[in-house]
Amino acid sequence: MDFLHLKKIANQIRQDIIKMITEAGSGHPGGSLSCVEILVSLYFGDILKYDPQNPHWEERDRFILSKAHGAPALYAVLSQAGFFSHNELLTLRKINSRLQGHPDRIKFPYVETSGGALGQGLSIGIGMALAALYQKKDWQVFVLMSDGEQEEGSTMEGMLCAVKYKLNNLIGIIDANRLQIDGSVDEIMEGKTIKKRYLAFGWEVIEVNGHNFSELLNAFKKAKNIQKPVCIFASTIKGKGVSFMENKVQWHGKAPTTKEAKIALEELKEEAKKYAN
Amino acid sequence: MLIENWNQKDKLQIKATRDGFGEAILELGKQNSNIVVLCADLTESTRVSDFKNNFPERFFEMGLTEQNMALVAAGMALSGLIPFMCSFAVFSPIGNLTQVRVSIAYNQANVKIVSSHSGISVGEDGATHQAIEDIAIMRAIPNMVVLTPCDFEEAKKITIAAAKYNGPVYLRFERQKTPIFTKKESTFEIGKAQILKDGKDVAIIACGSLVYEALLAANDLEKEGIYAMIINNPSIKPLDENKILEVAKKTRSIVTVEDHQIKGGMGSAIAQFISQNFPVPIEFVGINDCFGESGNFEELRAKFNLDSHYIKEKVRQVLKKKGRFNKR
Repeated sequence: MDFLHLKKIANQIRQDIIKMITEAGSGHPGGSLSCVEILVSLYFGDILKYDPQNPHWEERDRFILSKAHGAPALYAVLSQAGFFSHNELLTLRKINSRLQGHPDRIKFPYVETSGGALGQGLSIGIGMALAALYQKKDWQVFVLMSDGEQEEGSTMEGMLCAVKYKLNNLIGIIDANRLQIDGSVDEIMEGKTIKKRYLAFGWEVIEVNGHNFSELLNAFKKAKNIQKPVCIFASTIKGKGVSFMENKVQWHGKAPTTKEAKIALEELKEEAKKYAN
Repeated sequence: MLIENWNQKDKLQIKATRDGFGEAILELGKQNSNIVVLCADLTESTRVSDFKNNFPERFFEMGLTEQNMALVAAGMALSGLIPFMCSFAVFSPIGNLTQVRVSIAYNQANVKIVSSHSGISVGEDGATHQAIEDIAIMRAIPNMVVLTPCDFEEAKKITIAAAKYNGPVYLRFERQKTPIFTKKESTFEIGKAQILKDGKDVAIIACGSLVYEALLAANDLEKEGIYAMIINNPSIKPLDENKILEVAKKTRSIVTVEDHQIKGGMGSAIAQFISQNFPVPIEFVGINDCFGESGNFEELRAKFNLDSHYIKEKVRQVLKKKGRFNKR
């Protein structure tokens, strides 16, 4: 399979991300672009159970964007999945918008939790997974984290807790784009030991190329049936899909100018031609 | 509200407000299978051992992961459960404040944050264990309800009220055994203060077990011909503004009493409201911008100016100000 359909969606999401952040004049393009294939696999690769007509459907799987600065990517995916109108995407970060810089579940009820402070999503997911087990529900919990937020003490507390409770319904995903605001995750705080840490804590770790649909989908399918907490360590490229943003830390939290956005969109449209039927 | 012999201190039964919580949470557990308890390595101290033994499948030992505990509780609440998370205030909610702020308060998650050990009256463990900033911190957080009971009986009632209320609540209990002086059958409502004793000269508005010290002060002051009204103010947020306004209009002078920093505490909440709506002189009984130390709670209350002697002193001061204020 060549996953043309998914690649086409991912390309569309990337274009949306660039348009949204440019229109907003601020935001996080690097970490939004790096997690696109992960989100598209979950929402369009038949991994997550959800119903856009009934967003609070009791049996839905729970997805938590712990790296909440990737909100533009999630908003674009949720819109693409039919939760809300595509036009609304351009209200990102504007006054009175439902699309806050980091998601707010009260204003925007299509996310499971509000977020924005790193290190919080994993344990919220643990709470949901424990609730599912206690209530004998078979929905699963997916938490997307950054590699930078593995430095947060609260993430490490959650890593312990998930193992203690033998959570077989919790899947952590790390968007390992290797860069955080002040530089390389490896240099800033031992990024190279992240996988070892999860293994040492007692998690199952599956390594994938985070831009490869085949690897991602296989990993998710496998992870769903593993009877303990699973960490999918997805190696990614920060700024993926826009040549001048790739692997450049300065695109962590900066909006492109209109001129830069035009170049980025031209690149993406050129790429899209490959997926045209 | 007050029991018949409330002023016979030596004859009153003494129990800690945390014990009231322990009894109530067990009762709630029997009534509602959605009630769950999380605890950070303080099961006996926070009085949730009975709950744990009766409902092991609904008790979650989180060890010393207070940040994780707050987040797990938030996740459970977002999945329909009603979590009570228990520790000492210095560890939770002070130690895990950013998790409480974002994932519980901002999220409007239906989590009950329980502190069994609050105030300088925690005693011998010393300053590190004495939370005297928690009211200021918690009342500044949007969506947060802040409650503290005056005795064992009221502790049970605020626990039940917190469980019924849908949203984040901070429950401030105390470690030490203090007199039970309110009636079993008196009611508690979030957002309501109660006049325990009427008086025309000054309103003493107190919270926590120091309400009893305020009552003792009022008793003594009567011998000096000063009639103090005693108001128990368990609902620090939301504040019972109607009642506060009513007593301010009647007495035209206020003394606030709390086992907490003066800066930002319950008295600050009263002063802020009163200054805007009906300015009258106010004096504050509380901790005066310092940390506590080891000692038993009665010694600490004497040393740090929280007991009935100091309350009387503050009443005399506020009455002097009131005299000048009225002459203006």
